[in-house]
Amino acid sequence: MNRFRLGGVWGFILRRLLLGIVVLILVSILVFLATQALPGDPARAILGRSATPASLAALRRQLHLDQPVLTQYWTWVTGLLHGNLGTSLEAQEPVSTLLAPKLVNSAVLVALAAILSIPLSIAIGAWAALKREKVFDQTSSNLLLLLAALPEFVVALVLVILFATTVSHVLPAISTVPPGSRPWNNWVALILPTLTLVIAVAPYVSRIMRASMIEVLESDYVEMARLKGLPERTVLVRHALPNALGPVFQVIALNLAYLAGGIIIIEFVFNYTGIGSATAEAVVNHDLPVVQALAILIAAVYVVLNLLADVATILVTPKLRTQL
Amino acid sequence: MSQVSDWVADAEIAPPLPAVRGTSLLRRSLKLWRTRIGLALVGVIVLVAIVGPYLAPYGPSTPVPGSAPNSDPSSKAVLGTDYLGQDVLSRVLYGGRSILVMAVLATALALVVGTAIGLVAAYSRNALDDTLMRGMDVLMALPQILLALVAVAIVGPHAWVIVAAIALTTVPRIARVARGAAQPVVERDFIAASEAMGVPRWRIVSGDLLPNTLGPLMVEASLRLTYSIALIAGLAYLGLSANLNGANWGTMIKQNQFVLAVQPWGAVAPIIAIALLTMGTGLIGDGIARTAAGIDRARGEE
Repeated sequence: MNRFRLGGVWGFILRRLLLGIVVLILVSILVFLATQALPGDPARAILGRSATPASLAALRRQLHLDQPVLTQYWTWVTGLLHGNLGTSLEAQEPVSTLLAPKLVNSAVLVALAAILSIPLSIAIGAWAALKREKVFDQTSSNLLLLLAALPEFVVALVLVILFATTVSHVLPAISTVPPGSRPWNNWVALILPTLTLVIAVAPYVSRIMRASMIEVLESDYVEMARLKGLPERTVLVRHALPNALGPVFQVIALNLAYLAGGIIIIEFVFNYTGIGSATAEAVVNHDLPVVQALAILIAAVYVVLNLLADVATILVTPKLRTQL
Repeated sequence: MSQVSDWVADAEIAPPLPAVRGTSLLRRSLKLWRTRIGLALVGVIVLVAIVGPYLAPYGPSTPVPGSAPNSDPSSKAVLGTDYLGQDVLSRVLYGGRSILVMAVLATALALVVGTAIGLVAAYSRNALDDTLMRGMDVLMALPQILLALVAVAIVGPHAWVIVAAIALTTVPRIARVARGAAQPVVERDFIAASEAMGVPRWRIVSGDLLPNTLGPLMVEASLRLTYSIALIAGLAYLGLSANLNGANWGTMIKQNQFVLAVQPWGAVAPIIAIALLTMGTGLIGDGIARTAAGIDRARGEE
């Protein structure tokens, strides 16, 4: 592995980028083979036993099943690169037109959750580190541990029970975005899905922030800053906090990557019109072209965010940077 | 949840210092209240899942005679009836078994395969190591639930497909932990000594490496069990389980979510069951992790 060592941060990024591309190619092969792996005739498996010969032939042509496997893969991949994601079997529409607005909706949801959860969990983690082993630290650590153990759909449903149905009815339980509308047009409906995502992410970010902050607070340079008589506020805000944030960036990126998969079930709970609920629906409806497109899409987002996590770690950790 | 905690595990396990036997680690972790509470929670839910079907007043899918759908708790149906008029209590008592069996199977399978891959990779220290771990990287490039969904979309929502898909996606995460824990051990003198004495490789891997990686692996196993439970219940909630009206906590939540305002128990009871179970496994994992970290710290000070 070390034979092609390209120096520096850029070399590292380039190597990770190449690995990411290799991973995506392998994922595309896996997803493509998925259709091939259907027992017997894929067209018949999709259309069912009652299909007419004409519709079977049409679907075979549509899926390019009348060509050799390699040609089929090539047609499919080059189509992907040109933004041609195939045609939905369920809606009989191009997958790209079907998914584009949903992609925007999901991005809005995840961005909102990130904007709220990141500062919140950094604050919780930093405060817990300052009050180490005190009441706030103990309470928040245990509470976050329990929240982290809960499946997201359970968190989502507990919120629905508390705020949208049984206990009180102050927020909507359903967050469907009607066609032509934007998520923020009905922002009240965004509250519960966003809150679920925040609860899904916050335990991890605040936990690492707490650990990182404790390490920094025990370091020599913080002690030095205190000894030379700087006010505690300056020590914390100028010296401790920026250095404690390093490891947190990686965790934030990893969490956003995780949300790429996590939104599948959370959107489904609230019937939110995004790529997550679209994935769940496509699987239930056996809409393979849509499943394939979404799998590649989500994998790509996941790979890119993981890459960003690695790069962030390198950029904020001078020690690692010089080791490259 | 899920994949995110790969790094949490990494951060907390810290470099493993050898030879804390699994049983002694478990015993020591029982000194912590969180482990005891976790064990009690898991114990109760497992007991419900095992003996529940024998105690259930009605069958899992038989309507309660003389009760309307969504009726309130009464002497006939202690937790009321669900949207089809089935007894909620009976379905809760029946509904844990399949989730637990599948989650334990998937985790155990992944634990065996993942540990084997991780240890072999750490021990080989050559191209095999690289190849194995790059392969693991590729498997980890998909979110767990997505791979499970793709598998279900292709083959169908059979129990074995779900178990296999979850095991497959759990393997690389366990392999990484096993390799990470075994790497410092491989460099130690007693391994070189065993090699010099001509101990066969498989015995070095199983007899020397494995016992020295048990601590981190136990933490990881409890974490993975928590996530497998969440994934399996989640897939059932999405409507992807072998039996569409099966008594399964995930299925029950889905079926009764839309009558929450009328008769909450149909969804609330299985939600409580899943929550207690996953919080229990989470607490046990945290207890073991804290104990292992404490032992490591104590050694560092020696």
